[in-house]
Amino acid sequence: MKYFPHTPDDIAQMLQRIGAGSLDELFAEIPDELKLKRELDLPKAQSELEVRRTVKALADKNCVLTCFAGAGVYDHYTPSVIPYITSRSEFSTSYTPYQAEISQGTLQYIFEYQTMMARLTGMDLSNASMYDGATATAEAMMMCVAAAKKRNRVLISGTMLPTTLAVVKTYARFHGVDLVEVAPTADGTTDKAQLSVLLEGGDVAGVIVPLTNYFGIIEDLSGLAEACHAQKALLVVNSIASVLGVLKSPSEWGADIACGDAQSLGIPMSYGGPYIGYLCTKDALVRKMPGRLVGQTTDAKGQRCFVLTMQAREQHIRREKATSNICTAQGMMCLYVAAYLSLMGAKGLNAVNETSAAGAHALCDALCQLPCFSLAFPTQPFLNEFTLKYTGALPLAELHDRLAEVGFLAGVIAQGSDDLLILAVTEQRTAEEVDALVKAVKSLTQC
Amino acid sequence: MNNTYYGHLVFELSKPGRTGYSLPENPWAGAWTLNEIPEPLRRTTPTDLPEVDEPTVARHYTNMSNNNFGVDTGFYPLGSCTMKYNPKVDEEVAALPGFTALHPEQGAKYAQGALALYYEVQKMLAELTGLSEFTLNPYAGAHGELTGLMVIRAYHLAKGDTARVKIIVPDSAHGTNPASAAVCGLQIVQVKSAADGTVDIEDLKPLLGPDIAGMMMTNPNTLGIFEHNIPEIARLVHECGGLMYYDGANFNPILGVCRPGDMGFDVMHINLHKTFATPHGGGGPGSGPVGVRKGLEPFLPNPHVVKGEDGTFSIETSPDALGRVSSHLGNYGIIIRAYAYLLTLGREYVSGVGKLSVLNANYIKACLKDYYALPIDGLCKHEFVFDGLREEYGGAHSSPLHVTTLDVAKRLLDFGFHAPTIYFPLLFHEAMMIEPTETESKDTLDRFIETMKTIAEEAKADPTLLKTAPHHTPIGRPDDVKAVKDAKFVF
Repeated sequence: MKYFPHTPDDIAQMLQRIGAGSLDELFAEIPDELKLKRELDLPKAQSELEVRRTVKALADKNCVLTCFAGAGVYDHYTPSVIPYITSRSEFSTSYTPYQAEISQGTLQYIFEYQTMMARLTGMDLSNASMYDGATATAEAMMMCVAAAKKRNRVLISGTMLPTTLAVVKTYARFHGVDLVEVAPTADGTTDKAQLSVLLEGGDVAGVIVPLTNYFGIIEDLSGLAEACHAQKALLVVNSIASVLGVLKSPSEWGADIACGDAQSLGIPMSYGGPYIGYLCTKDALVRKMPGRLVGQTTDAKGQRCFVLTMQAREQHIRREKATSNICTAQGMMCLYVAAYLSLMGAKGLNAVNETSAAGAHALCDALCQLPCFSLAFPTQPFLNEFTLKYTGALPLAELHDRLAEVGFLAGVIAQGSDDLLILAVTEQRTAEEVDALVKAVKSLTQC
Repeated sequence: MNNTYYGHLVFELSKPGRTGYSLPENPWAGAWTLNEIPEPLRRTTPTDLPEVDEPTVARHYTNMSNNNFGVDTGFYPLGSCTMKYNPKVDEEVAALPGFTALHPEQGAKYAQGALALYYEVQKMLAELTGLSEFTLNPYAGAHGELTGLMVIRAYHLAKGDTARVKIIVPDSAHGTNPASAAVCGLQIVQVKSAADGTVDIEDLKPLLGPDIAGMMMTNPNTLGIFEHNIPEIARLVHECGGLMYYDGANFNPILGVCRPGDMGFDVMHINLHKTFATPHGGGGPGSGPVGVRKGLEPFLPNPHVVKGEDGTFSIETSPDALGRVSSHLGNYGIIIRAYAYLLTLGREYVSGVGKLSVLNANYIKACLKDYYALPIDGLCKHEFVFDGLREEYGGAHSSPLHVTTLDVAKRLLDFGFHAPTIYFPLLFHEAMMIEPTETESKDTLDRFIETMKTIAEEAKADPTLLKTAPHHTPIGRPDDVKAVKDAKFVF
């Protein structure tokens, strides 16, 4: 077995030093009735070549479709240099950087990541620990309750991603948070009037709204921060990370907490993970922040260096009184994001947003030329994702499936509907692909 | 690793006008521009991202990696973290475009291979643990713990039993146990350890009652001791109506030897990044599958991967499920790596993991106990705890001048070893928790043992050498107090 370095001689010498007669004797204290008396029902061990074959065969059973879907996960381009950097095993095979003296690589890229996310959101600081956008939003909800002390009601806009809503609801149920979902307006936007009414109750700890919502609409969040702050509630703005480059930032909207998924910053879709959630806030809330934080300091020689800091918030010190149970430092994904944003810069991010949005508008215009499609929310602005209303004879689910059969992932059908289709375009889509999709739709719908 | 500290931040390499990206020309250029965003919704402040060219970025991060220490660099005996070798073939297969280019909302019909892999991994984990079914959706160990506790609460609540709001946690438990329980809305009741390091059954008995949701344990525990009373403990907790939770952080040493399900545990999580060799990645991403005993399956979080009678796979939701803890099917890319590792081990080598990891730990312990204080003797499993240097080497613990565990840990870095986990578990003041894993050779262990002896001798002869260590690392000891006092989290 190539991962076990022990020779029979090594084992014999080691057992002798320990004073045991056999490997099994090292388990002598385990009650006999608990020990396995049979070989486990597992596959036969495979050589490296066989492992490659087995896993490759499974990969080949999947269909790689031309992706016009979003719903929180976007098919953006990953520059070639990134996997080379992230696969350096000095990075990938290290643990959470507890020993700062030999972990400056990890600590430094996390510090860079924190800086970049703080700049994108306009907030004072960022942590480095969230699994994905949904769990980051759940953590933001718990932060609101912790900061408010005696309030446990949090309002959330029904225009958020359904998967995020579902995860936040699960956390709320078990954490004892009174989470109130406010249904969208007929325009597909956050119902600010209803939020204001609920805020008047004076018992709200926080309000969670999206910057761009499930339908792709860029939300107008004006007046929300004032309404929240007048009632001593915190405003949480959730956003897809890539659009922060061009849209009014959470901080400009007056948010106290910014959160979301950073998958859109060059991280492969990988069937749902791994991604990274981001969570940024103002200095005043740093002690309520969950997860790992890297800070700058100096070493014994006076050199600038970086360490894990403010650990008195965390589970390994505070146990049940910790701000969260998070142990993860989402290192590899921080590195992905830091390298991506270093390469792209503001200009590159603008270009990604502009090309993606231009493609989305082109696709939208072309499909809306067909009589069976129209914009579901025609007055609302969008970037690279939009929602169409479908009125064709062929059921939408069937159309969607037939398109997949010819190689297109033609968006996602909005949850709970049978006539709303949410489509997204990224800079990876070519004009030919957009035309081909439109042509396929045309021929299948006959409209 | 070189000893020249490369401390630039990417922001300091930035120059206006530099570009590190190339994108195809916008095919729709001019048809839609960023100016179409309504002005009140448009960003007005600069993002201040760096402007750097590609060679600079490549060199910047490569230099940074030289200031880092991984399992591929050297021995990493970090207790309870299971820093074993991360196989390279696992990385390669996880990077196949047939997986990485899959959108999570793409229908099950078009992801049959991905779902088959998920299903196979959950089946193998069930066999390895003696449980009935697993969800691979939780993203990390702590996330798995939280999910597992939600299963326990959902089970009691489904029976209409709302009184079970307390969870029993040993004083030696990982810090995440009480933290996860608190996030899950449970109150923590601590049970003491007996002199031999195992749960004190007499202390446990009076805690049991109708308000107990369950008990969390890891076995072997954080002292590396096997809780041999586990059948009795499980019986007592079950008798009072509670469920047993197994923290899988310490699963490695019993892999293929015995199974949590056979010990009486009802719910457990596994850290794929520990036992199943997926890279720790500087702290993440991990993966924390949760398994349950028969009867608890419906409570597992949505979505579930189900195998139909015709052999095809579908993604389903269950109305009894505790809800959703992840957007999709977890950290799928990590699950692929664990699958490749499991195929490599197969039924033939799986028990070698447990046995050799235990051999390695006991060997180090036997060789060093004359130098370092061993509070609990006897067989250990994957790890063990020293309570600092023995007095004759480090001085009395009561003396403020004694050579501490921190000093030893820092000196180890000078010799090219990562430090053990220090100051945990909290039962001992100078705790030093050592876990070698099965992928370390006797030669490596011997070098480590000799180094630990040298350090003990140094502590006696020249304590200052240790107090000021490390001396040969890219940076010296950082000022942690300053990091909090003059807190600076961004450039």
